Amino acid sequence: MKTYYNPDDLKKFSKIGEFQKPLADKFFSYYGDVFKEGALTEREKSLIALAVSHAVQCPYCIDAYTVDSLEKGCDEEEMMEAVHVAAAIRGGATLVHGVQMMNKTKEVSM
Amino acid sequence: MKSLLKQKNKFSDISYQLEVLKEGVTSQGLPHFSSKLVESDLFPLQPTGLDVFQINMGKMCNQVCAHCHVDAGPDRKEIMTKETLEQCLVAIRNSSIKTVDLTGGAPEMNPHFRWFVEQVYKLGCKVMVRCNLTIIVANKKYYDLPEFYKNNEVEIVSSLPHYSSKKTDSQRGDGVFDKSVKALKMLNDVGYGIADSGLVLNLVYNPSGAFLPPSQEGLEKQFKRKLKKDFDIEFNSLFAITNIPISRYLEYLVASENYMGYMEKLVNSYNPSAAKGVMCRNTISVGWDGFLYDCDFNQMLEMKVSVSKKQQHVSEFELDSLVNRSILVNEHCFGCTAGAGSSCVGEIA
Repeated sequence: MKTYYNPDDLKKFSKIGEFQKPLADKFFSYYGDVFKEGALTEREKSLIALAVSHAVQCPYCIDAYTVDSLEKGCDEEEMMEAVHVAAAIRGGATLVHGVQMMNKTKEVSM
Repeated sequence: MKSLLKQKNKFSDISYQLEVLKEGVTSQGLPHFSSKLVESDLFPLQPTGLDVFQINMGKMCNQVCAHCHVDAGPDRKEIMTKETLEQCLVAIRNSSIKTVDLTGGAPEMNPHFRWFVEQVYKLGCKVMVRCNLTIIVANKKYYDLPEFYKNNEVEIVSSLPHYSSKKTDSQRGDGVFDKSVKALKMLNDVGYGIADSGLVLNLVYNPSGAFLPPSQEGLEKQFKRKLKKDFDIEFNSLFAITNIPISRYLEYLVASENYMGYMEKLVNSYNPSAAKGVMCRNTISVGWDGFLYDCDFNQMLEMKVSVSKKQQHVSEFELDSLVNRSILVNEHCFGCTAGAGSSCVGEIA
């Protein structure tokens, strides 16, 4: 059955350079540097990536950063808390627009 | 839970395991381990010496861990005899071996365990015991093991896959975490793991699933912080070990449909520096029946050392032929060379 997402496509990510190599090279070099230990540990970065993967709803990223978080020594509780951070921000982002709705309602109401 | 052997599971058949290992690389177009060694200028793999004498004292164990490469358990009756242990002592005495590493099963279940530890200690070798912790609290006859270890300056190496009971029990069996905590406290009480006591207690982490271990250094800090905070437990070092795709772990990988992905990851994570430092280069592994192997994993795959047939047994231990042998490799060896590498004492690269 054909689907829009194929788990095997994740392994082909590096092949995006086939169509535009210089930009792909720059991206992967930057990507590698971003995830290196810096002011934040690799473990912390992996949990951030896991949370963002859920926020942007990328199934490839969720698969990749679930395993990566486990391989950085994170446990299930920590990983689910990271997902809740993403959910809270997404939920908050929806709800904070409620203020705009309230403003507009008051503007057009007697 | 029964051993694979008792269950008559097809993964208890060595030739079947070797077939699955071969398929894991060939069907995915991945290189063989031997060809990676050729690329690294390490083929044939040869010993750098012989420092560690690892003895599997028997396959009997009080636990049945989901990932066990020995397929150990209470239903395994293979136990090293006193005669074989005496032959081991002769071999140790006639060589430059510095460390005697006792494993199993639960080595403490061998009836000659204490006698043997005392003999090796008298020879001036460091004795390491791969203690599963729960054996200490399994029966009152084992309650004094911490004192016994202390008296013989035994270095303890114990598996604790996680500082949470959920993850440890999922791999090692229900209730194992709580019993392990109790045993760790007993070891701490006699001085094991306590700074400046000289009594070494090292823990071993291995992943509870189809993924690679984290960096040893970061994980050790995490384990130390959590075990101290939650249980007031101390230990010396944490060894992060990769699960080798043989026996029960191989069966788990195949049954959970993680096998191909895991092999691909191991092969793609091949690290030439780790290959250079693999433990089989300075270790000999002795099986419960006295036969010699390059490592504990080759032992479980019944790949005896590549020397003359007669010299494959500890009774005919011949140091020169052993240090000049070629080490036998197969696709499971990718487990020891992935990423930071893996050995019985954790990372190697």
